[in-house]
Amino acid sequence: MKAITNYIRSLFLFELLRGLSVTGSYFFARKFTLQYPEQKAPVSPRFRGLHALRRYPNGEERCIACKLCEAVCPALAITIEAEPRDDGSRRTTRYDIDLFKCIYCGFCEESCPVDSIVETRVYEYHFENRGEQIMTKQMLLDIGDKYEQQLAADRAAQANVR
Amino acid sequence: MDAVIELWTALPVVIQIMIKIVTIMLPLMILVAYYTYAERKIIGYMQVRMGPNRVGFFGMRLWGLGQPIADAVKLMFKEIVVPNGANKLLFLIAPMLSIGPALAAWAVFPFNAGLVLADVNAGLLYILAMTSLGVYGVIIAGWASNSKYAFLGAMRSAAQIVSYEIAMGFALVGVLVAAGSLNLGDIVAAQQGSVFHWFWLPLMPLFLIYFISGVAETNRAPFDVAEGESEIVAGFHVEYSGMTFAVFFLAEYANMILISALSALMFLGGWLSPLPEAWVDGVFLLDHGFHWLLIKTFFFMFLFLWFRATFPRYRYDQIMRLGWKVFIPITIVWIVVVAVMKVTAMPWWFS
Repeated sequence: MKAITNYIRSLFLFELLRGLSVTGSYFFARKFTLQYPEQKAPVSPRFRGLHALRRYPNGEERCIACKLCEAVCPALAITIEAEPRDDGSRRTTRYDIDLFKCIYCGFCEESCPVDSIVETRVYEYHFENRGEQIMTKQMLLDIGDKYEQQLAADRAAQANVR
Repeated sequence: MDAVIELWTALPVVIQIMIKIVTIMLPLMILVAYYTYAERKIIGYMQVRMGPNRVGFFGMRLWGLGQPIADAVKLMFKEIVVPNGANKLLFLIAPMLSIGPALAAWAVFPFNAGLVLADVNAGLLYILAMTSLGVYGVIIAGWASNSKYAFLGAMRSAAQIVSYEIAMGFALVGVLVAAGSLNLGDIVAAQQGSVFHWFWLPLMPLFLIYFISGVAETNRAPFDVAEGESEIVAGFHVEYSGMTFAVFFLAEYANMILISALSALMFLGGWLSPLPEAWVDGVFLLDHGFHWLLIKTFFFMFLFLWFRATFPRYRYDQIMRLGWKVFIPITIVWIVVVAVMKVTAMPWWFS
């Protein structure tokens, strides 16, 4: 009996019509594709994008060349050289991040005792030549200056969980 | 108006025929181009995506309507690569063999009562011959490419098209018995009446089998084992690039449109209005006309895309089982049923 009903069902393409009704209903479903360059997905304050070095409000760079980030970096992407500055304070003379090595784990940001090295929300950047992937100290400071407001706001918003 | 007619009759017959051919081919080619756009858009919508929506005209997006033009231009400027060891002559002939029959079949296709390029009495036979000639393009392409994927695709395609040709032919025999004529215009005339006089009701199984066989004939999903991009890359046209590939593409879509139009013609009454004769006589847009044929054809063209968005590819042995063990027996039985209906002059349809 079951074989007969199965045969009749397959003869009348019952299952196929059900499949068609599924795709047919999705034809009219609301589309939620994000039209990328014009529309962008919301980004979390914890987003780990391009790196930056921050400054204090008085303009003094935060980094004290403790090299904790260099030590914790699992990809060995950070290279730091440090010397005493003219006024005797300990500062970096070189702070390079190789973005090809970096895995954006955020350990450098977590390890930093003075919130100097941070990862910004910037995720749209590219390189056109070999060597451009090395972010020097000056480049990192510039990024920090550019996004300082955003960075400070994000850190403040996350203060209770950091 | 008289001057135009005078000018027309003054032209040599060859030129007249050329102009007629162009007036059929040009809209058809545009329809093919926009069919590819419709496919991407409709399948996109069914997969909750948006489909192409960037390329437009004059700096406006226009829902991506410029996409087919951009695609065509891109393909035209691409290099045609002839692989090492390929039979160059056959390699280049294959796409033409593929598109030739697909376009030639339109010669006997009536677009409205009396509006046909060649009013051949054996029109149905001619159409059957032309649609099955297309397989040579596929087989020759697969063989001439000197590539195992292309060869496998050609083998599959040959077996599949030959199998479904029989079911398709029998379905057409049913139509022929019901209409009593091979002339496509007469077949439509035999369906005169209303939506319930069309052949889709008395020939329901043949109608379904004809359309499904048509999907198989054009190597479309779910019968696209000849292409089988997940198994044999692109099947028979894997070695083709640039314009030669584009011609295969055009042939495939022209064939789909042809099958859709023929289904509309033979089972859904072509240009006949679905409303009863007495209501529509002389009423604008409700009366019989080309627009009804167009609407019905678009319906079948939409079905092609809907199937592709819905069904997974058939396994090869399942295709063979469906063709030989399901479709052919059903068609043979139904031809007898149609013949009995015809002989007994069953009321409503055949009285």
